[in-house]
Amino acid sequence: MLKEELLRKKRKFEYRKFKSTLMLSLSIAASIIAVLPLLYIFFYTTASGASALNFDFFTNLPKPFGEEGGGMGNAILGTFIMLMIGSTFGIPIGIMTGIYVSEYSGSVMSVIIKFLTDVLSGIPSIVIGIFTYGLIVLQTGKFSALAGGFALGLLMIPTITRTTEEMLKLVPNTLREASLALGITKWKTSLFIVLKTASSGIITGILLALARAAGETAPLLFTSFGNNFWSTSLNEPMSSIPVQIYNFAISPYEDWHKMAWAGAFVLITLVFVVNLIVRIITKRKFTLN
Amino acid sequence: MSNSDIVMSDGEIKSKRKLQDIIFENLTLLFALTLILLVLLIMYEMFRDSAPTREKFGLGFIFNGNWDPVKEDFGALSFIYGTFVSSMIALAIALPVSLGVAIFLSEIAKGAVRSTISFLIEILAAIPSIIYGFWGIFVFAPYMKNFIEPFLSKYLGFLPVFSGSSSGFNLFTAGVILSIMIIPIITSISRDVMKAIPQSQREAAYALGATRWEAIKMAILNAKSGILGATVLGLGRAIGETMAVTMVIGNKAQIKSSFFEPAYSMASVIANEFAEASGKLHISALIEVGLILFGVTFIINSLARLLIYSVSKSKK
Repeated sequence: MLKEELLRKKRKFEYRKFKSTLMLSLSIAASIIAVLPLLYIFFYTTASGASALNFDFFTNLPKPFGEEGGGMGNAILGTFIMLMIGSTFGIPIGIMTGIYVSEYSGSVMSVIIKFLTDVLSGIPSIVIGIFTYGLIVLQTGKFSALAGGFALGLLMIPTITRTTEEMLKLVPNTLREASLALGITKWKTSLFIVLKTASSGIITGILLALARAAGETAPLLFTSFGNNFWSTSLNEPMSSIPVQIYNFAISPYEDWHKMAWAGAFVLITLVFVVNLIVRIITKRKFTLN
Repeated sequence: MSNSDIVMSDGEIKSKRKLQDIIFENLTLLFALTLILLVLLIMYEMFRDSAPTREKFGLGFIFNGNWDPVKEDFGALSFIYGTFVSSMIALAIALPVSLGVAIFLSEIAKGAVRSTISFLIEILAAIPSIIYGFWGIFVFAPYMKNFIEPFLSKYLGFLPVFSGSSSGFNLFTAGVILSIMIIPIITSISRDVMKAIPQSQREAAYALGATRWEAIKMAILNAKSGILGATVLGLGRAIGETMAVTMVIGNKAQIKSSFFEPAYSMASVIANEFAEASGKLHISALIEVGLILFGVTFIINSLARLLIYSVSKSKK
């Protein structure tokens, strides 16, 4: 009688142990499944794109199909110019908003703004494209680099605000108190003590925002449109790496696909390097997550 | 002669410093307010620019499945359907996988393994949508067409959703690619909320004789509203995702029960037609689709954030 009881309990225990092992194995399996597509995309892009990369790729214009060679020089320049346009207002607004949300976190307004920043980061980038179209393209009557840069700048704001806020919050309060105790005003404390301490973290936020914006296609399709030639005019349509990849990718020509893979390889490398830098900087300075 | 003749009095210095502080606070507030202004401006502008179709079709716009730029008959139903179904497929696949990874990262993995996997998941989130789409066209869609979809249709073909033959460019392929893209966000937020559950709860479970899984399950149950928030956030991302979906969904405005039929999504139709749209009504219709997209993602994201805040607040 007692023996049977014990045996039953033992069996139940073994079942629970088995279930535990099973679930933990499934969890490990899920991790492998999640990482596989990344490795696949990464190696496939490298294999297809790296061979088409050469010096010309960075300096030449795209060639009409059928002609050998050519590059994406104008698209690379275009992406760079539009990121600069976006940075001129995206970075200051992002950082100042981050300061407000972190350093004046008591007020109702700062809660509302933090919430809106989070919500804004989830708004589809194509919606930002439509907004920019109505605001700039419709008014000026044409697609332009200015419109593209504006859209990219808007997309950068939430990322920069969030990282600035998080980085400022990591700065120990004792530092703020020490500064205030020395009679330094609050604004000087915020700018020259707190912001300075967190500066490397904030730079990583800016880098992440730039890398993300560099890969955005949807908001550029009908703002900066595209351009097959060199252009630095802010009032003219401008080429960009992602839009150029898109146009090449959906074309039927093998040569163009190859160029698109090379472009994709450049973008993926950019993303990888930026994330690696961010990881190294944040590891050294703070323990983020 | 007192000092006040030469320098400012203490009171003056104090008020000057106070003034500087007030100016700085309001300056940062001013920048922050541009965000609120921006959101309001987006709403206003899209509402204004979609007036022609809103007035012509009214609410019927949402329930009309036709999209014919030539006859100027516009309805968003087939796009809403495509967006909804592809996002649900994505969620069904991404949720279990993401939870598995989150458990692995928060409860099992340690040290270098944990940081490597976290890093790779971060990269997965950072890869531009256009690259997923490009890879989708040349690698993934053909793979779905040749292996996965024939397999599903052979063994599960009695279900309407898995019936018929496929070209690889359809709802199902779009859903699977979307699932890859939303795994990172669901994973990282679930992991964070699981980590926010105090270690003492797991220890209490162990002390009562729980197995490791039982202890973890308890942590998950306590973090459930945060995990729900993460899931809703993932849904929001899937709904708004544009390029990758545009490149693999097949771009055909129709409503068919099979996942193997080409379809169209809200974001895709905007991406495809906006630059070339000429008629006033056509542009207005596209902007109204954008307005719906904005409204839906705004509500979904707000909901998700509230759920996530509720967990991260209660831990303190």
